[in-house]
Amino acid sequence: MAHGGGGRLMRELIEQLFAVRLAPEHETDAAVISLGSKRLAFTTDSFVVSPLFFPGGDIGSLAVHGTVNDLAMAGAEPVALSAAFILEEGLEMETLGRIVDSMAEAARRAGVRIATGDTKVVERGRADGLYLTTTGIGVLIHEGELAPWRVAGGDEIVVSGDIGRHGIAVMSAREGLAFESEIVSDSAPVHREALGLLENGIRVHCMRDLTRGGLASAVIEIARAARAAVELDEARIPVREDVRAACELLGFDPLYVANEGRFAAFVAAGDGERAAALLPGGAVIGKVTGKGAGVVTLRSVIGATRVLDLLSGEQLPRIC
Amino acid sequence: MKHLDEYRDAGRARALAGAIARAVTRPWRIMEICGGQTHAILRFGLDQLLPPGLDLVHGPGCPVCVTPLELIDRAIELACMPGVVLASFGDMLRVPGSRTDLLAARARGATVAMVYSPLDAVRMAEEKQDQQIVFFAVGFETTVPGVALAVREARRRGLRNFSILSAHVLVPPALRAILGSPSSRIQGVLAAGHVCTVEGYEDYEPLAREFGVPVVVTGFEPVDLLQGILMCVQQLEQGRAVVENQYSRAVRREGNLAAKALVREMFEPLDRKWRGIGVIPLSGLALRRAWQEFDAERRFALPPAEVEEPAACISGLVLQGAKKPTECPEFGRGCTPERPLGAPMVSSEGACAAYYRYSRGHV
Repeated sequence: MAHGGGGRLMRELIEQLFAVRLAPEHETDAAVISLGSKRLAFTTDSFVVSPLFFPGGDIGSLAVHGTVNDLAMAGAEPVALSAAFILEEGLEMETLGRIVDSMAEAARRAGVRIATGDTKVVERGRADGLYLTTTGIGVLIHEGELAPWRVAGGDEIVVSGDIGRHGIAVMSAREGLAFESEIVSDSAPVHREALGLLENGIRVHCMRDLTRGGLASAVIEIARAARAAVELDEARIPVREDVRAACELLGFDPLYVANEGRFAAFVAAGDGERAAALLPGGAVIGKVTGKGAGVVTLRSVIGATRVLDLLSGEQLPRIC
Repeated sequence: MKHLDEYRDAGRARALAGAIARAVTRPWRIMEICGGQTHAILRFGLDQLLPPGLDLVHGPGCPVCVTPLELIDRAIELACMPGVVLASFGDMLRVPGSRTDLLAARARGATVAMVYSPLDAVRMAEEKQDQQIVFFAVGFETTVPGVALAVREARRRGLRNFSILSAHVLVPPALRAILGSPSSRIQGVLAAGHVCTVEGYEDYEPLAREFGVPVVVTGFEPVDLLQGILMCVQQLEQGRAVVENQYSRAVRREGNLAAKALVREMFEPLDRKWRGIGVIPLSGLALRRAWQEFDAERRFALPPAEVEEPAACISGLVLQGAKKPTECPEFGRGCTPERPLGAPMVSSEGACAAYYRYSRGHV
């Protein structure tokens, strides 16, 4: 199971098994394909969230947002999605109906069409209610390429909003944990915000949506791929009080908690503050200090520094 | 939890670090008992603020780490029995027993449920009357009252399918064993604030006297820890050795009397083996006779077992402050969070995990 946690074991699985056998050109969330004069982004993602419904969303809206966001991170305007369902025998029709309605609504809000789909049913006990895979294509709205190799010394790192809400919302729904206030997932499409940066002339070098593994894992992955040394400033990373309190309680580090409506952008030196101002809740949280082996250091709130590393698996709640 | 900010204030932290540097005239070795403290020290980089020669070493305060292999094997054995659900805190799931861990056992079909509170396990027992729910009761003094309440609740509800596998351990007997060891080089102790919220700190007073070691009950935030270190250093420099309370916002000398009374009514001390350390007299807790129907070892008539520790793992020395994780030849090589040799590399309170996660870039 730890291979799915977005941490080091998952990295190993991708690098040592998939990359070796399938040899993709670049390691990004969406591939860029040229068709005549058009440049398209192409991506796919599977969703196995349990429970199917959580505060602020459900597997249907999540599957739309996840794929829309992967396209947006390549700088593409999402155009169309496909949806493939694996249903567990015994799943209530009413439940499925609510999820499909939620997908339709999420697609409508994101301005993307669900163009095709497929459904399979497996025996009871062979799936956890419902698994969902969405594949998406989008049209690139810019000339250049957004990728780790473009990251340069002096780049500023911007996060699009407060972090950690989705992971805590799902956890509280899954485990029946009650916090003082209900923490609602940040699940949302981010393409308008992300493409807004490009349209406003921000010199974006690389973007990554923050999913499993959280902000820390996304920044570490980019830093490694770019062979860049990165420094983050803990005091400038936005975390809501209730999320921070829940993390303290569970022994989690919010930097590694999942998000579904946030992204990090590496932008050219001098563009950070302007980029942050274009994003509701955006903040400049760090910078690229130079070339290196992809080491990310965090300046702690009291001013000391430590190295951030990929987690080995999922974070597990502590005892006391 | 806004109040936390004042205990993470950079200005206050730096002022305390300055006061520590001014107070210290020679090298001192201080043990922080609790793994939560070790993690906070490394996570916030507090060790970088201390003057050279002031050495912080880790203590035994990671309940998952000191749980003996035999009990983990036993938990796995129970989880593999048909009709039995083993309910455990998440922290325990990745800790290796002698052959495997609970997560790996679950992947092969054992029934392991992760819970957040022992009362969740009682609720589970009520819902699944046809199954036996065994709660893996791990933890120091801090977690025992919750388990006591759960057992009492199970009796109140007449549940005959709930029991506990007790791995509870007590800090003062372990501290006595460490300080009393002829090779001990510990000169001062930061006691674990959370443990003392329940039991208070009277039990530490004879230890401070007998071994001439100052003990400061200390919290878990950067400002708490630096203040605790300062209080400890001041005692050392002045040649005093008493128990002081830095964590007075949560801890009283006598502790939580209601919780203590409940624990004493239901549990009694017994000799307990600590992983990597050995048997420490009267350092564990087991249910008293009147409550033994809830003792999983009796209910399932598990025979006693003895297992050898892996020789390459020095976790016993780490848990006694005799070695730092980075002094282990296997650290980061033969032993990583993905493939641990010992528990401290995987527990969220484990010292090796803290050093691996937060300070590998610096060592």
